[in-house]
Amino acid sequence: MRIACPFCGERENGEFTYLGDASPKRPNFAVDSGESPERVEDAFYDYVYLRDNVAGFMREYWYHGGGCRSWLIAERNTVTHEFRSVTAAPGVGASKPVQAGE
Amino acid sequence: MKYSIFSLAKAALSGHQGWTRAWRDPAPKSHYDVIIIGGGGHGLATAYFLANEYGIRNVAVLEKGWIGSGNAGRNTTIIRSNYGLPGNTGFYELSMKLWERMEQDLNYNAMVSQRGIINLYHSDAQRDAFARRGNTMRINGIDAELLDAVQIRKELPFLNYDSPRFPIMGGLLQRRGGTARHDAVVWGYARAADQRGVDIIQNCEVTGFVRDQNGKVTGVETSRGKISAGKVGMAVAGSTSKVAAMAGMKLPIESHVLQAFVTEAIKPLIPGVVTFGAGHFYISQSDKGGLVFGGDLDGYNSYAQRGNMPVVEDVCEGGMAVMPMIGRVRMLRQWGGIMDMSMDGTPIIDKTPVDGLYLNAGWCYGGFKATPASGLVFAHLLARDEPHPEAARFRLDRFRRGAMIDEKGQGAQPNLH
Repeated sequence: MRIACPFCGERENGEFTYLGDASPKRPNFAVDSGESPERVEDAFYDYVYLRDNVAGFMREYWYHGGGCRSWLIAERNTVTHEFRSVTAAPGVGASKPVQAGE
Repeated sequence: MKYSIFSLAKAALSGHQGWTRAWRDPAPKSHYDVIIIGGGGHGLATAYFLANEYGIRNVAVLEKGWIGSGNAGRNTTIIRSNYGLPGNTGFYELSMKLWERMEQDLNYNAMVSQRGIINLYHSDAQRDAFARRGNTMRINGIDAELLDAVQIRKELPFLNYDSPRFPIMGGLLQRRGGTARHDAVVWGYARAADQRGVDIIQNCEVTGFVRDQNGKVTGVETSRGKISAGKVGMAVAGSTSKVAAMAGMKLPIESHVLQAFVTEAIKPLIPGVVTFGAGHFYISQSDKGGLVFGGDLDGYNSYAQRGNMPVVEDVCEGGMAVMPMIGRVRMLRQWGGIMDMSMDGTPIIDKTPVDGLYLNAGWCYGGFKATPASGLVFAHLLARDEPHPEAARFRLDRFRRGAMIDEKGQGAQPNLH
């Protein structure tokens, strides 16, 4: 498996660290959203623990620690290990305001 | 046919022409009391215990390929019960006790060999952690011995004791741990289950679930037609999420690839199993003579049953670091299997939110040693509709409740367990 870093070019995957599925979004409930504790718990349970575990193309986070030290988002087929795209992931990790329960 | 020294001698005299097939090859019936999806060690053991312990004999095991073609035939054959957390300790010791009587129970030579497993330590802190784990084991009636470097050197003189980074200071030894012949475990359970009336149906892929108007699972759609069932149990580690998705479930599981390796065969060298956790490496020697070893997961989600070169390099570096003489043998084969990595590194054996559907999953890379106990407790759950006492903590809702069993303390990051 070789990963085409948008900054460094194609490198072997040993240079990269894997975080996982890029699709779960951290719930961001406003303090006064009035949501029930159960719904908030459900949303965090889903975010922290549940995964689609896709067999096929999956969007996922990779960290190029052996190169430019950028966070990247790759689209990779988990059945064949084929990459479709690798792009920079600016702002990853920042908690963006979203609608309650989104 | 009962296997014994006499049946072997008799067959030898007739040129080994008289052996009959070890299990039937039946066509699927239209209905079973219980259907087990997955003809690996766990599925077959479940069927055996359902028939033998719980009197449920109208059982089918459905396997999409041939039995034992998944992780049951890809693991590194280690058995042990050196766990430290409540929930794990008792469960894996139950499994060890079942290993110790398996060959008599099944009338099958599974080559269970209690040759010992030793976990090396390299610092005072690691020794203290191992002493604590060993004490936990002993309080629970499991054998454990803490050895120093002098004691280990007598048995394993070829290790690198004086590495500046990881000097070997000692190890935690479980003498009752060891290895078993993985394929023979599959075949032994298949034969014993078949003798008790279980239908083992190979080349039969489950393609969907049949549900009634209340959503209860009442059968499965397969590549060999529809089969109805009183209850359906899943034992498909590696593909759990795919099968669960057919029932509309999303689970706390990721599929990851783990590689294993074997060298050319050499004369007896390594007496037991040696683990070098600090260097992500463990090794044993098969009865055929090959050195069987492995290390960490590749670390990315995969269903591919093959890994990549950086981890091959990493594992071989670990081997060279702890056992430099390994550089003199050639690697023969290397392969990958798909691990059902759960969010806390511990399995899930429970009913599901879908009525009639039962789950046995999340074995991470520790499923082989659990095979007999997994079969027993899953059969108990299917037969009685309540968890076996030794599996009472392996619940699906433990993540929601915050009652994780995280032996390694890594948190909800499956590729680190």
